[in-house]
Amino acid sequence: MAGIDLDHLLFLAALELPEAERTLAARDLEGIIRMIDQMQAVDTEGVQPMANPLDARQRLREDSADPNIDRDLMQSTTSSVKDGYYIVPRVIE
Amino acid sequence: MTDLNFLSATELGRELAAGNLSSVELTQHYLQRIKAHNPRLNAFITVATDHAMRAAHAADASRKRGEASLLTGLPYACKDIFCTQGILTTCGSRMLANFIAPYESTVTTRLANAGAVILGKTNMDEFAMGSSNESSSFGAVCNPWDTERVPGGSSGGSAAAVAADLSPWALGTDTGGSIRQPASFCGIAGLKPTYGRVSRYGMIAFASSLDQGGPMARSVEDLALLLGFMGGFDPADSTSIDNNEPWFAALKQGVLPQLPKTPTIGLPREYFQHLGEGAVLLDAARVEFERLGFRVREVSLPHTDAAVAAYYVLSGAEASANLSRFDGLRFGHRSESATSLRELYVKSRSEGFGAEVKRRILTGTYALSVGYFEAYYQKAQKIRRLIQQDFLAAFNDVDMLLAPTTPGPAFKRNELTQDPVTMYQQDIYTVPISLAGLPALTIPCGEIAHLPFGMQLIAPHFREDVLLAAGAAYQLATDWHRRRPEGF
Repeated sequence: MAGIDLDHLLFLAALELPEAERTLAARDLEGIIRMIDQMQAVDTEGVQPMANPLDARQRLREDSADPNIDRDLMQSTTSSVKDGYYIVPRVIE
Repeated sequence: MTDLNFLSATELGRELAAGNLSSVELTQHYLQRIKAHNPRLNAFITVATDHAMRAAHAADASRKRGEASLLTGLPYACKDIFCTQGILTTCGSRMLANFIAPYESTVTTRLANAGAVILGKTNMDEFAMGSSNESSSFGAVCNPWDTERVPGGSSGGSAAAVAADLSPWALGTDTGGSIRQPASFCGIAGLKPTYGRVSRYGMIAFASSLDQGGPMARSVEDLALLLGFMGGFDPADSTSIDNNEPWFAALKQGVLPQLPKTPTIGLPREYFQHLGEGAVLLDAARVEFERLGFRVREVSLPHTDAAVAAYYVLSGAEASANLSRFDGLRFGHRSESATSLRELYVKSRSEGFGAEVKRRILTGTYALSVGYFEAYYQKAQKIRRLIQQDFLAAFNDVDMLLAPTTPGPAFKRNELTQDPVTMYQQDIYTVPISLAGLPALTIPCGEIAHLPFGMQLIAPHFREDVLLAAGAAYQLATDWHRRRPEGF
């Protein structure tokens, strides 16, 4: 196992940890990675990866307009909406 | 009026149908039990009193009109992972502490259409990630058999509610054992259906290639009835399977499936190698099945040891993708202190998610990151196929497998919280089945130190009929499922 780069993982996952929790988090994560490294002992030469347990393909629906999505209702889950748009902090300086 | 305590859903349904009881009376009975006992257990996050009473009145009215199904008027507890319009859906997380879903899940819609009455939303591990219900943002759930112990997870609230008869049955979900392990720890029955049997629409996603909703109850007869109503094809779930077998269609009429002519059980050797006291109970169950006319033989599932590792890679990877939708913008917790868009994402997620969820996201992020994808994610997908092939080979010779559900009975609170890897290894007997997408039933088969212990029956894809028939036959011959915890 290569040492983990906690800062890089946190960046990719869009998370942050307080200083006091970082040592423990890194230790736990390294323990988990040691555990998952046990997979390397299994011979998987020539085995096809399995993404769906029924090897089923995603079913596509008819390409037609679906009227049942109500924008106001869908946006009722947040208060940061104006005129149907989500409000975010300023992104252009 | 009949003593209603600890009657099964089917028995209560008969009382309703005979007119001995109204849904309003029954719902009030359960709401009172929840009021009396929930403070000790913390099984419910939300008790939906008004909603329940309205549904109960409506159920009584439809029965008067002669429009009753076998579920009409029967109350149930719903795991807080199913979206319910008008009732809080938290998924056990501070992230969704104030979330009221703008739409209803397929499963709860089907149950409502059949006249079932939702009592409330049950506590669970945060985003269904946990084996002890200690990762809930709403406090741990206590096991009714010993309140110092965990009820299991992640459907721990549902399991505790049914075990203490705060509800006759409940909805759970199972990604790596989240119906079966808590059912086993709380001495009730639970069914994880075949992947694709029960719609995932409106069920908050953890690991989409593994998640399955299922019923939890005290009797297998109840599980059969509930599966009939909650399962079946749903065009809104792209992985839902259209398999309306005659036995499945008959479940809604309360018809239990038939056993095969000479049912054969396989005992997977690898599942018994490290089993302590549970082995004695499993052996007694084997003897009981033989007495009932089952044939028994040993089988082998050689890749069992690699299952926990593969499961935590795949479920972590899928969780890290699924939970990326929590951005602080469209729903869920929004940080007050962010000054840029990136900061809004990071702070909302970091404030909203608990430690276990962050651990799983980071594990998944690691497995999916550049340079590790083949060594971890793809490797786990290959192991997943090997595990499934082991099961399919075993099913050439037997109709079902008999195995323990858990390594032991319920453990104490805080016993494993400091050691995530040991906690994960508790799932050794449930995750292989999840990876293979198979259906599995757990039912109590004995006690260890006065705590319930469950056995698991595992069948080929879409053969829940075999599980339900065998489980019902076992429960007819034994009474482990009739034991109740003291003080309820």
